[in-house]
Amino acid sequence: MELQSLIYLFVGVSFAVYIGIALWAKAGSTKEFYVAGGGVHPVANGMATAADWMSAASFISLAGIISFKGSFGGAYLMGWTGGYVLLAMLLAPYLRKFGKFTVPDFVGDRYYSDVARTVAVVAVIFISFTYVAGQMRGVGIVFSRFLQVDVNTGVFIGMGIVFFYSVLGGMKGITYTQVAQYVVMIFAYMIPAIFISLQVTDTFIPQMGLFAQTTFEFSDGVKMIPEGTFLLHALDAAVTDLGFQAYTEPGSIKNMFLLTTALMLGTAGLPHVIVRFFTVPTVKDARISAGWALVFIAIMYTTISSVAAFSRINLIKNVQNVEYKAFVNGESKHIDGTTNNGAWFKTWETAGLIAWTDINGDGKIQYAKGAAFDGAKGKPKYDGTNIAEDGHRLTTNPAASKNDGSIQNELYVDRDIMVLANPEIANLPNWVIAFIAAGGLAAALSTAAGLLLVIASAISHDLLGQVIFKDKETGKSTMSEKSELMWARISAVAAIGVAGYLGINPPGFVAQVVAFAFGLAAAAFFPTIILGVFDKRMNKEGAIAGILTGLIFTFAYIIYFVFMGGDKADYLFGIAPSGIGTIGTILHLIVAFVVSRSTPPPPQEIQDLVESIRIPSGVGEAHDH
Amino acid sequence: MSPEKAQAYWKENISTIIKLLVVWFVVSFGCGILFINELNAIEISGVKLGFWFAQQGAIYFFVVLIFVYVNKMSAIDEKYGVSE
Repeated sequence: MELQSLIYLFVGVSFAVYIGIALWAKAGSTKEFYVAGGGVHPVANGMATAADWMSAASFISLAGIISFKGSFGGAYLMGWTGGYVLLAMLLAPYLRKFGKFTVPDFVGDRYYSDVARTVAVVAVIFISFTYVAGQMRGVGIVFSRFLQVDVNTGVFIGMGIVFFYSVLGGMKGITYTQVAQYVVMIFAYMIPAIFISLQVTDTFIPQMGLFAQTTFEFSDGVKMIPEGTFLLHALDAAVTDLGFQAYTEPGSIKNMFLLTTALMLGTAGLPHVIVRFFTVPTVKDARISAGWALVFIAIMYTTISSVAAFSRINLIKNVQNVEYKAFVNGESKHIDGTTNNGAWFKTWETAGLIAWTDINGDGKIQYAKGAAFDGAKGKPKYDGTNIAEDGHRLTTNPAASKNDGSIQNELYVDRDIMVLANPEIANLPNWVIAFIAAGGLAAALSTAAGLLLVIASAISHDLLGQVIFKDKETGKSTMSEKSELMWARISAVAAIGVAGYLGINPPGFVAQVVAFAFGLAAAAFFPTIILGVFDKRMNKEGAIAGILTGLIFTFAYIIYFVFMGGDKADYLFGIAPSGIGTIGTILHLIVAFVVSRSTPPPPQEIQDLVESIRIPSGVGEAHDH
Repeated sequence: MSPEKAQAYWKENISTIIKLLVVWFVVSFGCGILFINELNAIEISGVKLGFWFAQQGAIYFFVVLIFVYVNKMSAIDEKYGVSE
């Protein structure tokens, strides 16, 4: 079948499955809407958590980031997995025993304060929206490239699907849809990875491909790298020849340490992850479920390092010194005489995510360190849809030649396309490419749905139910079950609307914005929950002071250095904004500790509550107030 | 459950967590970051050891750590009669 029809088929079937599940798993009560009734099997919950967790950023961008950053990229791999160890041991079991629906629930009850609850609600909404913006962009990219529809139409279709299963099914619908989405996603990631591993290293298991030898001879533009070289030796040799730092050379140890810490603490503090552990029946299940979630995540995350290395080597092998015109017309040949079909290059050029400019006028592509385009962080500015005689898209900002004898870079490659373009670069069968499209959409939609649900429940349950419509005397919500459920659905609809708007008008800095969400989650929630469980003496004064310190410090630092153009030279101790959440967390802990010790201890009933969440037995079902 | 017993349970819980988190720290922050250069001197089939820990190895250890924790805690729960 033709590629385009296959893509429609794969994406269409997967969407039909999601909608079918949504109809089957319609939520009938607030408990089903918020925590899927609290009866999800730990393995299913682990799988759903993995799908919820692995976003468009993991699926589409991460291998690309590592491909270009090399060794330093390990910070993302460790950071986004190591947080689960903290979740399993320090948070999940106690929060499950606590047995309410949301993170603001815990903060509000444990710190006996509606101020704390409201601060938590605001933080939850802010963190989740920044995160969801990135997902919607992912949906847009996949739609515009693979389904040949306009990005905006793509976002609308995505919104429609998410609307269907999150508004109807709530957490119950989302959980079971995510199980299906995990399956789609993992196959879509592993199949091309296995194909490429076989191609580059003749090794079936991609994780082992890192230890294997190359199956081909190729030229990096400076010298020939013979067949049978160890993969990472070949890669180190090639990238250093092109002026880059060696692939396996670690960057700044300090920034790697801080970034890893911020990502781990952020993972353990992200509300849409924490809430998953409210959905299983027992404390023991919450622990096991964190383990399964990490197993399912690890299958993909341990593959990413190999995919990153393979795709970098494939890029150099395929584009270095090939004649553009022959390449995109499928007339180029590799050294061993096989066809080097550059049709993919043309497609991505049309999509605006790759660009070439012939700086030295030899008609061939050269790839090396350095920007091929001036300004705008080295990104090309296309000259409308105008093309040159040889067919490449014209740009208005090519860089000037360096003229120093080294290879002049003429290529811009958006990191986001490394995974999506990989199967085409490697000339894999059409159905594999179609699968990738369905997988990318599954990754983006599953995460978006989880985030939207957290936003909806923060509004309907925490803000409306626990603050605004709270009966002062009984401390209970005056809303009926039915009207709270209706408000939950209305909030979900509103949240989808905002997310869609952000997807169509994305803030031009999605990657930074996601790092932002992690820094804030680390600095705001992680310490406050840990202290709530492990420090019985922690009181509301300490908690509120801590949350505000962590939030404001991290927020201000990132805003100043990322969005207001603060000078790198002014970094506090040279710390990059992406790692600043770590410092925010430490400040939070110190302030909370000092303030709590100089103010009265929490009331006896709160101390009893802490005692009770430490002991697993006697867990009730997740209950309402 | 008596307060003394609850306290003993909590102590055992904490000491289990601390031991496991030490391993967690060593395999990730230790091997993958702080001592990456030292470990990179060791190479297996072209893969430097520190690089491997940062890009793959630490993740395997994380998975094992969680399941060790689950088993240990189940045993402790059983011992104190607080399992569900």
